[in-house]
Amino acid sequence: MAEAHAEAVHAHAAPTGFIRKYIFSLDHKVIGKQYYFLALFSVFVGTLLSILMRLHLVWPDAHIPLLDRLSPAGAPGGVMTPEYYLSLLTLHGTLMVFFVLTTAPQGGFGNYFLPIQIGAEDMAFPTLNMLSFWVTFVGMVVLLATFFIGDGPPISGWTAYPPLSAVGSAAGPGLALGQTLWIVSIAIFCVGSLLGALNFITTTLDLRARGMSLGRMPLTCWSWLLTAVLALLSFAVLLAAGVLLLLDRVGGTSFFIPGGLIVSDKIIANHSGGSPLLWQHLFWFFGHPEVYIAILPGMGLTSHVLSTFARKPIFGYRAMVMAMMAIGFFGFMVWGHHMFVSGMSPYSGFAFSVLTMAIGVPSAIKTFNWLGTLWGGRIRFTTAMLFAIGFVSLFVSGGLSGLFLAQPPVDVYLHATYFVVGHFHLVMGVAAIFGMFGGTYFWFPKMFGRMLNEFWGKVHFWFTFIGAYCIFMPMHFLGMEGNVRRYSSFTDNFLIPLIPLHKFMSIAAFVTGAAQLIFMFNLFWSMFKGEKAGQNPWEATTLEWTVPSPPPFDNFGGKHPVVYHGAYEFGVPGAAQDYIMQDSVEKVGAP
Amino acid sequence: MATTLASPKSVRSFAGGGSGHDDHGSHGGSGGHGSGARGRELPARVYRTGMWMGLAAIVMLFAAFTSAMVVREGISSDWVSTRLPGIIYLNTILLLGSSLTLELSRRSLAREAAKQFVLWLCLTLGLGLGFVAGQLQAWRELAARGVYLATNPSSSFFYVLTAAHAIHLLGGIAALSYLVLRARRLLLDPRRRTSVEVTAIYWHFMDALWVYILFLLMARL
Repeated sequence: MAEAHAEAVHAHAAPTGFIRKYIFSLDHKVIGKQYYFLALFSVFVGTLLSILMRLHLVWPDAHIPLLDRLSPAGAPGGVMTPEYYLSLLTLHGTLMVFFVLTTAPQGGFGNYFLPIQIGAEDMAFPTLNMLSFWVTFVGMVVLLATFFIGDGPPISGWTAYPPLSAVGSAAGPGLALGQTLWIVSIAIFCVGSLLGALNFITTTLDLRARGMSLGRMPLTCWSWLLTAVLALLSFAVLLAAGVLLLLDRVGGTSFFIPGGLIVSDKIIANHSGGSPLLWQHLFWFFGHPEVYIAILPGMGLTSHVLSTFARKPIFGYRAMVMAMMAIGFFGFMVWGHHMFVSGMSPYSGFAFSVLTMAIGVPSAIKTFNWLGTLWGGRIRFTTAMLFAIGFVSLFVSGGLSGLFLAQPPVDVYLHATYFVVGHFHLVMGVAAIFGMFGGTYFWFPKMFGRMLNEFWGKVHFWFTFIGAYCIFMPMHFLGMEGNVRRYSSFTDNFLIPLIPLHKFMSIAAFVTGAAQLIFMFNLFWSMFKGEKAGQNPWEATTLEWTVPSPPPFDNFGGKHPVVYHGAYEFGVPGAAQDYIMQDSVEKVGAP
Repeated sequence: MATTLASPKSVRSFAGGGSGHDDHGSHGGSGGHGSGARGRELPARVYRTGMWMGLAAIVMLFAAFTSAMVVREGISSDWVSTRLPGIIYLNTILLLGSSLTLELSRRSLAREAAKQFVLWLCLTLGLGLGFVAGQLQAWRELAARGVYLATNPSSSFFYVLTAAHAIHLLGGIAALSYLVLRARRLLLDPRRRTSVEVTAIYWHFMDALWVYILFLLMARL
């Protein structure tokens, strides 16, 4: 056996050179880590930007050290201008949505664990996989370049609505070169995501180990598959929209720029007939599926972790899969709910509203099943479990306000207020981030061969969980009071009484932000000094726990795993232990 | 704990390049045996699936352009029809012909007729390049009439759609060139012929996509 094993490893020797091993690696595990660290860097920068924004919101005259070095025009003497606030807001949104929420759960964990969980040695197309990462990396570099080139990042927000995003410098700082770079960056990102998506789908469909039927796949794999389908169908549309917007800016076309437009007292000449609404339709046709691209992997991870640490089979596996499919399917038919105030036929508004609320049904099924999984379980409160439970909590809190916003009459009032900011930060931002934290605490032992510190993990959890609620719950109240988003400070009379609440949120943001340093320290310290992890520290069932931590180069050491069990066979009567590994030959449990 | 399921025998067959069968019997079910992305001996269907997924993304890209065009035409009063340059009909014939020659080439390969295979393949490549040259000529024809990208929304869409199609077609031309360069190897080793099949899927799709674009332009421009 040992001899044969050595032979197998020799036949597929891992690359030894530094560049092939760590930089331009074809190994999905290395690429997964690369994506993970790219997202970690992006989330660090994105969080820093949000801290600066929260600081400016409540102390608009504060001198921020070094900021004038970064942008002499945007922060003369270290005091942020309102325009620079918008620049930071744009970069915060863009980094977080694209380079964190889209990359870490899918490109990071998906890349690392999809092949192992389905029993494959690698993704279907390793070279394409490497290409997707490096394309994404270039996209990030181009985006961050806006900080240092021209007059700063664009001020048009992550949605880049024309006409202001299309007419160049007349509309404000960052809208000349900055906006062009933004579009180029997003277009590059789209290409990377499309390549990644087709790889994920092909891998899942065609490389599953023998016995790994679709119905035995871990829900994480289902979520990565469905996320890839959404990405494949939606990023292509954003790419098309980006091309058209770029042509409006540099090619003189009028796809989105109407005629006779006056911006900053200047007539925008040589354009006519374009429709800003057209961009909104194209953008949100991508933008709404995008929120499910961010959250679906978190749902899969949460299901996986809840079942593992409740020591119970997932409640309603089939319903969970169907619910994710329904969410993805309806996700393509609700983009108009972002445009209720942009002007649309009441009949369209009605249709978009009903379809949007319909998504509440599969979402409720998922929540019900998560609670059903916990019910009567012998729960192990690991840090990963806490984050999974936190995910359910945030998903419910953030999701319920979505039902308010889905109704046009309510949305007309709440649109572009902090209510919306609170809603999407809870449900798409923090919940998805909790999915990533859960994934990190759960899979870190497998990825790095060492355990994360559980005590500091729990401290991190409670600070983050309570902190997130302190930051984002008050936003709903602010929104109902009429506090408009994207204002850089509050000088209107009716907003002044709200400033103390803003101060509370800002302080909560600083504390929560600081608590993330605990996580960062835990992560990097444990990577080198953490307790050594065994093969299966969580007593979990799926295939990644049948191989050493970290797994060998070709995942299964040249063996072909064969799967005999479903992904969540916990507490099966008659089994030797309270869990059955997927590749166990034990003849108990569901066939 | 997990049991190891691969016996030494199966390990050895895998080390031999994944071409031997393992001792668990033939693979069945929906799964397949998941043999090596690393060993580069993936079953042909993996490449087919990957290609179809790529085509799905391309469909969405052009669906987005189409819907943008329909909306842009519908909402504005500044839409002036652009007369299509006559040469694109000739280009269409070239491209349709290239699909035909590609199929003839594949049949020759199946019959192991080496010379015909390479001949038809080169002809396909030539027709493809002819199409691209023809499209460039169409652009020049429009430019000579004073119709540029920004002249009118209809001309904008003409340039965007033809350019987006041409960029994708150049990918197909790169793939065809690769096949021509590797022709000898393809003839020697039938297991390597998946690349021919996948390229053919892409090329025929580009052909169909062009016909779609042409009808769209004829109907809407």
